[in-house]
Amino acid sequence: MKRKTIIAILAGLLLLSLLASAAGCPAKTEAQYPLHDPMVRFKIATTTSLYDTGLWYHLEPIFEELANVEMDIVYAGTGIALEYGRRGDVDAIIVHDRAREDVFLADGYGINRRNFAYNFFLIAGPASDPAGIAGSTATEALEKLYNAGLNDPNAVKFISRGDDSGTHAKEKLIWSQAGFDYEEVRNSGAWYVEAGKGMGPTLLMANEMQSYVMADISTFLAYNLKSNLSIVSIVEQDPIFLNVYAAIAINPETHPKAKIDIANRFINWLISSDVQDIISTYGEAEYGRSLFFPIAGCDMPGCPPVEDYTLPVPEYTGG
Amino acid sequence: MTEIWQGLVTAVKLIISLDPEVMQIAGRSLAISASSSTIAALLCLPLGAVIHFNRFPGKRTLINIIQTLFSLPTVAVGLFVFVLFSSVGPLGGFGIIFTPAVMVIGQVVLITPLMLGLIISALSATDKAVTDTAVSLGASGFQMSVVTFREARFGVLAGLIMGFGRAISEVGLSLMVGGNIRGFTRTITTAISLETSKGDLELALALGMILIFIALVINIGLNRIQQR
Repeated sequence: MKRKTIIAILAGLLLLSLLASAAGCPAKTEAQYPLHDPMVRFKIATTTSLYDTGLWYHLEPIFEELANVEMDIVYAGTGIALEYGRRGDVDAIIVHDRAREDVFLADGYGINRRNFAYNFFLIAGPASDPAGIAGSTATEALEKLYNAGLNDPNAVKFISRGDDSGTHAKEKLIWSQAGFDYEEVRNSGAWYVEAGKGMGPTLLMANEMQSYVMADISTFLAYNLKSNLSIVSIVEQDPIFLNVYAAIAINPETHPKAKIDIANRFINWLISSDVQDIISTYGEAEYGRSLFFPIAGCDMPGCPPVEDYTLPVPEYTGG
Repeated sequence: MTEIWQGLVTAVKLIISLDPEVMQIAGRSLAISASSSTIAALLCLPLGAVIHFNRFPGKRTLINIIQTLFSLPTVAVGLFVFVLFSSVGPLGGFGIIFTPAVMVIGQVVLITPLMLGLIISALSATDKAVTDTAVSLGASGFQMSVVTFREARFGVLAGLIMGFGRAISEVGLSLMVGGNIRGFTRTITTAISLETSKGDLELALALGMILIFIALVINIGLNRIQQR
């Protein structure tokens, strides 16, 4: 009796898992999201803004079809994406923090870095702009936020990503250019809030709390349409706000299992005119303007040198 | 309020229409948690018996430790399993980080103490007279444990259900070691967390309802078995 019961439960659980795994992979019948047969899995870690705007949902099936691989996209800010890359847990990373990218390459973790898209950051906040930052430059805006936030933390709050992402790195850079010590800023009081979330979730949080936030314009537009944000863009168009996205392959000499051939193909595909065209129009229909700019059109100060995005990466011949 | 109502309506629609993406995510969640619960049960039933029926020094301490591990934080297990199975980790050679396999392993680690502890306490709660009678009637060690398990079946079953419940409802571990990859390691809970952060509350609510529905069906099913 007892054994029967236990066996029945185990059999039940086993049956459930079998049924569920059968139900879990109706790969062929699923119209929206077909799985590829040979099941070569190609893993990338991507910065959250490219994910939250839906760009990867758009690009993923195209590359899967082209390269006949199953692409696994892990949602991770630049900091954690670089960490996954250092550990060899992914085959390529998509990040946006030039300083740390250079360290990553110099340390031998990555090769074949190419820029493929750019956009701009902005500072958004309540329409009433209690800190009065409208018309300021980026550094002036942060300085005003700091003073107003210290003065009245209930009226003026700033939400930082606080997650070592590329956006967070840019924010720290602006703080230092404004003459602040970042550690001091983040410990200065209740007005400075560290969210520890991706770009989209941080925007939603800023919206709920009616606070200021620094975001890339693409995620801001996407969320503005989708979630009807009540915060508005206040400071834009400062050269320091330029935000360049890069793809980096994981170095197979450091991590022999990294799928360098697919990674190279992927990077070359990203800088190909096909994908550059897709990027230049992505979002136009929904948002009235494209969410990202193809890197090929980047011609302002701070833009990467042309070979950073025009030169196809060489085939890997072993090392 | 309209948002919640709207969400519920969409949720019901998604469920009734057997929306392929929702069904796939639900199926995957069920598969992963059922696998981990089965493995944990296969470990815990014999192990629980061994611990219960034997006397050894430190038994009390061992049980205390097991009970402490009931409250193991899912993110701590996630971090531990991640470091173990990450490519450069000691078990990186398996190459299973960011796959369902490593999620199952993580869940087994997470729920084993819970199942084991509850099985042991269910066995301890049985009337001592039952085992004494069995022994006095000449039962072997194995027969005695069969008798005790039969007495304790309600408690044991509750332990298994609790383990499954913790496995299918956890999110921190799945997010960390599975990576929440669409079409591969996205489960109900990680999808809810993602959809909520995307502001897509309808899908999140639908998935939440499905999670509760699955729990309900499984509980009814197991109760049926229990009452026989």
